[in-house]
Amino acid sequence: MLRFILTRLSILIPTFIGVTLLTFAMIRLIPGDPIELLVGERGLDPARHAKLRAEMGLDRPVLEQYWHYLTGVLQGDLGKSIVTKQPVVDEFFTLFPATVELSICAMLFAVALGIPAGILAAVRRGSVFDHSVMGAALTGYSMPIFWWGLLLIILFSGILGWTPVSGRISLLYFFEPVTGFMLIDSWLSGESGAFKSAVRHLILPTVVLGTIPLAVIARQTRSAMLEVLHEDYVRTARAKGLAPWRVIGFHALRNALIPVITVIGLQVGVLFGGAVLTETIFSWPGIGKWIIDSIHRRDYPSVQGGILLIATTVIIINLLVDLVYGLINPRIRHRR
Amino acid sequence: MPLLEIDNLSVTFGGLRAVDGLDLSIDEGEVLGIVGESGSGKSVAMLAVMGLIAFPGVVRANAVRFNGRELTGLNKRERRNLTGKDIAMIFQEPMTSLNPCFTVGFQITETLKVHEGGTRNTRRERALELLSQVGIPDPERRLNSFPHQLSGGMNQRVMIAIAIACRPKLLIADEPTTALDVTIQAQILQLLLGLQREYGMALVLITHDMGVVAETAQRVSVMYAGQLVEERAAGALFTHPRHPYTHALLDALPERGRDRPRLPTIPGVVPGLYDRPSGCLFNPRCASAQADCTERVPPIESGNRGRVRCWHPLREDAVGA
Repeated sequence: MLRFILTRLSILIPTFIGVTLLTFAMIRLIPGDPIELLVGERGLDPARHAKLRAEMGLDRPVLEQYWHYLTGVLQGDLGKSIVTKQPVVDEFFTLFPATVELSICAMLFAVALGIPAGILAAVRRGSVFDHSVMGAALTGYSMPIFWWGLLLIILFSGILGWTPVSGRISLLYFFEPVTGFMLIDSWLSGESGAFKSAVRHLILPTVVLGTIPLAVIARQTRSAMLEVLHEDYVRTARAKGLAPWRVIGFHALRNALIPVITVIGLQVGVLFGGAVLTETIFSWPGIGKWIIDSIHRRDYPSVQGGILLIATTVIIINLLVDLVYGLINPRIRHRR
Repeated sequence: MPLLEIDNLSVTFGGLRAVDGLDLSIDEGEVLGIVGESGSGKSVAMLAVMGLIAFPGVVRANAVRFNGRELTGLNKRERRNLTGKDIAMIFQEPMTSLNPCFTVGFQITETLKVHEGGTRNTRRERALELLSQVGIPDPERRLNSFPHQLSGGMNQRVMIAIAIACRPKLLIADEPTTALDVTIQAQILQLLLGLQREYGMALVLITHDMGVVAETAQRVSVMYAGQLVEERAAGALFTHPRHPYTHALLDALPERGRDRPRLPTIPGVVPGLYDRPSGCLFNPRCASAQADCTERVPPIESGNRGRVRCWHPLREDAVGA
């Protein structure tokens, strides 16, 4: 087991180098530099511009800049934001809980609806329910996130007025963050209505961000269940005289979950990608929105550091998923 | 009164008649062999008795009486209470018939929990007892094993342990040895017969291996294309088969072909959905078919020499085995 974890962790090294190289190169391929964007339309005389570039080290050869950046990363220093002058790590971890909170809710939403829907669709294969669920899943999967988000805002926030348009909690409430998770903090604050407000703010972003994972999980669960339902051991379970819910929800599902867990792990990466758009639409103060803002400001260290940290998170989550995979699939656990 | 009595059982899948008007009965403590080629409907018929035919299969019967109780009118829950308890079944592929995600112990005690309740400890004790009854060494340790850690023969023993857990009155074994090594086959058969005697249960042995039947069954039913074609006490059937199909099956046994250069075979295959012949279903492959065989369906004819469905049954003196 330890060897398994170490092998998986060793993959981190080339991935890190790849991620740093890519983000470093790509942000510099976008025209404009941070200084031009800071001063905006006021303009800046070329001498002053050159002096600021030199101060930031942007006048050095690109390879040297990369080397400087890489050695910093290896020492745990992701640099400081050009705009706010705060360490990138601090900024990241201030905003990270908001994204994590949203992602967890979106994933719970996707799993809680996707797995039962997939099971039912498989059991009632070819029925109206099956066709509607699979049709809806395909639609959800194909729909651009920003458009889907705007549609929901127009309907539920605009026309119906049920949910707020943006933010994490109503401006009426203020309390010191304890965990960074608004649901927990608002609960702890004891202010009446704060928790309810946090929940109301979470609903639409959760639905929008969870839609694609929901579609993928429902489809994967359905196909895995269809495969498993024809297995001999499902017939054995029925031959024992077990009730249908136990045959399907226990004997079959346990086996069908193995590929579904893998897909859930892969969706974590998709989730962070989706968070960029979702947070922008709902002004959700998380990592996604922060990275978009940093790209607009050509805040090189923030973009580089932020993406590197997100990549690390995704890799670690996938490692955890692989470990869970071993837990639910004894055939993997007992190898060697 | 027989333990199980089936009157005119039919199972259809769409237009396909997998089982066609089957009458069958088995007494308490009897060992019945059901023989036939692949696709002859022997497994499907027994799955129907278990109540395991799923959509789109349709099961019809005038009556299926088990232990004096009519099964056809039971609701699903009442039916499930019998399945796995009074009627149990083991299958052909032991390696895939056990759930790979659960331990052997869990899979045995689950049946006990559903049908008999009891405490965790009593169920565990019974599982240990069962494992040693089916000849699994070191049962304590095997309780926590997963199926992939055991051999095919071991897994089949576990399947048998699950099947007999609630002391069924009828055990259906569907080709229980087909997927196993020859050396293990004999052991499993001996185990099944031993348990059959010990528990006093009736045993239905589905197989396409005449050799297996010869060693075990008291009475043999031969099925062809979903129909019963011959049924007789095992000894008489082997020495004096009356249906040409039974005769051809026995003739194809390697043990009987030692002095012949080539083993005889039955030409053709079991008819499917679209090529069902008129008259007797076996007539296109039958060595002794005559003109009338293609015209009318032969009825089952009962007598003191068993039952046979043939217009021209072989005479006892005509064939020496």
